[in-house]
Amino acid sequence: MSAATLDAKRRGFDYKKFLANNGALVGLVVLCLALFIATPDFLTGRNLLNIGIQVSTVAVLAFGMTFVIVAGGIDLSVGSVAALSAMVSGWFFVSAGLPGWLALLGGLAAGLLAGVVNGLASAYGKLPSFIATLAMLSVARGLTLVISDGRPIKTSPEVSFLGGNLGPVPMPIVILVIAALVASFLLNRTVVGRSMYAVGGNAEAARLSGLPVKRILVIVFGLAGLFAALAGVLLAGRLDSAQPQAATGYELDAIAAVVIGGASLAGGLGRISGTFVGALVLVVIRNGLNLLNVTSFWQQVVIGVVIALAVGIDVLRRKTRSS
Amino acid sequence: MSEHPLLTLKQVSKSFGPVNVIKDVTVSVHAGAVQVLLGENGAGKSTLIKMMAGVYQPDGGQILIDGKPVSLPSTRAAEEHGIATIHQELNLVGTMSVAENVMLGRMPKKFGLVDRKAMRRQARAAMELIGLDVDVDTPVGELGIARQQLVEIAKALSISARILILDEPTAALTRHETQSLFKVVADLRRQGVGMLFISHHLDEIAEIGDSVTVLRDGEFVAEVPASTDEDELVRLMVGRSIEDQFPRRSSAADLPAEILAVEHLSSKGKFEDISFTVRAGEVLGISGLVGAGRTELIRAIAGADRYDSGEVKVRGRRLTKGSVQAAIRAGLGHVPEDRKGQGLVLDASVNENLGYATLSSSARMGLSDFSGQRGRAEAVARTVRIRMHTIDQPVRSLSGGNQQKAVFGRWIIAASTVLLLDEPTRGVDVGAKVEIYELMNAITDAGGAIVMVSSELPEVLGMSDRILVLRDGRLAGEFSAAEATQDKVMTLAARDVDEEH
Repeated sequence: MSAATLDAKRRGFDYKKFLANNGALVGLVVLCLALFIATPDFLTGRNLLNIGIQVSTVAVLAFGMTFVIVAGGIDLSVGSVAALSAMVSGWFFVSAGLPGWLALLGGLAAGLLAGVVNGLASAYGKLPSFIATLAMLSVARGLTLVISDGRPIKTSPEVSFLGGNLGPVPMPIVILVIAALVASFLLNRTVVGRSMYAVGGNAEAARLSGLPVKRILVIVFGLAGLFAALAGVLLAGRLDSAQPQAATGYELDAIAAVVIGGASLAGGLGRISGTFVGALVLVVIRNGLNLLNVTSFWQQVVIGVVIALAVGIDVLRRKTRSS
Repeated sequence: MSEHPLLTLKQVSKSFGPVNVIKDVTVSVHAGAVQVLLGENGAGKSTLIKMMAGVYQPDGGQILIDGKPVSLPSTRAAEEHGIATIHQELNLVGTMSVAENVMLGRMPKKFGLVDRKAMRRQARAAMELIGLDVDVDTPVGELGIARQQLVEIAKALSISARILILDEPTAALTRHETQSLFKVVADLRRQGVGMLFISHHLDEIAEIGDSVTVLRDGEFVAEVPASTDEDELVRLMVGRSIEDQFPRRSSAADLPAEILAVEHLSSKGKFEDISFTVRAGEVLGISGLVGAGRTELIRAIAGADRYDSGEVKVRGRRLTKGSVQAAIRAGLGHVPEDRKGQGLVLDASVNENLGYATLSSSARMGLSDFSGQRGRAEAVARTVRIRMHTIDQPVRSLSGGNQQKAVFGRWIIAASTVLLLDEPTRGVDVGAKVEIYELMNAITDAGGAIVMVSSELPEVLGMSDRILVLRDGRLAGEFSAAEATQDKVMTLAARDVDEEH
């Protein structure tokens, strides 16, 4: 085959491949167009900012989840860990009387610690990550209730600032952009990030090539905990208080966002940009259904169908690629 | 014998995209006879089998059963014609009993519930067909691989299969187990079952086969009697003589310093008190039956598994037990037995796979060295001659030989000086085999050393400067390349097994 025909063939293939690899993005664009046509309320500055704020929590949680899923695990505890971190931060500020910024760091540290415990349990304790993080889901939520005695705690000004505005731009959106850049950098450029793909793709081959698989897993879950803590703090900052039942069930949104974004639950595949689009798809659907006055009961049905469709397409894609 | 063969593939062809995998091949299976299918990996044997099993449909030619043309659009259709395939990977559920496995999918029922009594009775009858004496309530996972294979054969026969395709059934069996499988095969032959037998062990062919069909590069080469001598079979299969297959250039002329020393290495239940040294420029072959502890030994040296006592020294320095990282730092490189399961991350690119061993050492401040890695990978891919479209394609899409070269390339990038090879040419076609042997020569020429475990005796004999024989986890003996023969090595490796007879 001559170089020219090979090139032409490759270009044609890449075009298809782009669509196949960016199904979620195509879906998002179609979704936005449909909502633009259906309701004049969708494409307003106010609504878009609203979407931005809502997506920030889900996306930041989901970035942490992306590390875990790329490395071949799952983290069910991120919602609880988010709530715990915000609560710890509030407790440090109100009950321990620490300066606000230190209370904020304390909250993030709590999330990191919970994540590291997940990592240790799954890497060294040999617990499947599903089980280890299922336990943490319960433990972290329980600790949140213990610390708060079941009541909301007021947040520090520093935390509230993260939920507020920077000029015309809501801070959560700024944080979201920074978190996305950091997560993407970690995953694509660092040794740890590249190792995550190897561990998730084939842990034994990674180990026999000399990669410190257990240490990498601890880092992966630690990062997921840290990102969860950040999401928890953002959420609390918006409400000016840490709520004991905050972020309940958010782990499922995070997993859904990662999966819609094209990652494989088998590990080894996934991108931060995909996860971001996945989170946007979830939030835009909810937002659109709200604008169209669809009840939250029906919203759940629609979200479920979307997840099934997204994964179904993913499975098909894998099949066509392997044949 | 009836007038028509039970099954004939007549002048069949098959291509995948532009690649002709099978070109105009004819092969028949007769009632009460064993047809051997012989060919190097990549010669088209598995494609041919898959046509018989209804997995692939031929693009050209015909499939005849009892002389009548049929089409086999699905595996189910093949089963209905009485064709059963025993794959190397067995289709059994390890946690279920023998009886449940044999009757899987057609459990006898009574009032809508499984009739366990009838199930056991029918399963026992199936086991009698092949003369296998096991309790049908035993979970299949508790049986050895050989007995599991027999259970699968019993299952096939109980679905009234009359054409059995045996895909390398002896690959994982000891000699003793192979013998009992052959007894069953001889029995089935008397009962008029037609069999197609695939094996890489040339010495088995005369013993078990009636006639041999030889394939090379997807084409029919010859059909010869099973009594044809082995050298002739190799010549037909490879298209050249056996000497050219193993281009070993010994470079350990003046036997310089030893690089690797293994001293009294023991691991309970795996191997015991193993000591040996390897010198620069040397290839040390390790031979032995499956289960003799070869892979376990290699893995322990490579740091992949821990061991109980003894030590491993590289250039006089003791290695930390059970640490792959320490082994790599000392210059060891491990090419594991199972390329897909242990050697490669299949969905990752060739580039990434080549770089895993050097990911950390080439990094600066935790940042991966992208451009440097790419340059090294491209250079080494040329050196080891990986055939690919681009270095960014997933390693999954390469052929077995090129995948193996990628594992080698990883250690060349890591500048490893002692390579531990476990079945380095398993599932590799003959052309790539020679390339891998040349790589081994290049490594020893450069002053490196190689320890090679292989089940293919000709390979061990052809490529090693020295050969260790393991038996039941212990060193049974050592030969120089000059004095070693297949007979001597096998006798030593299998002594106990033979004495049991």
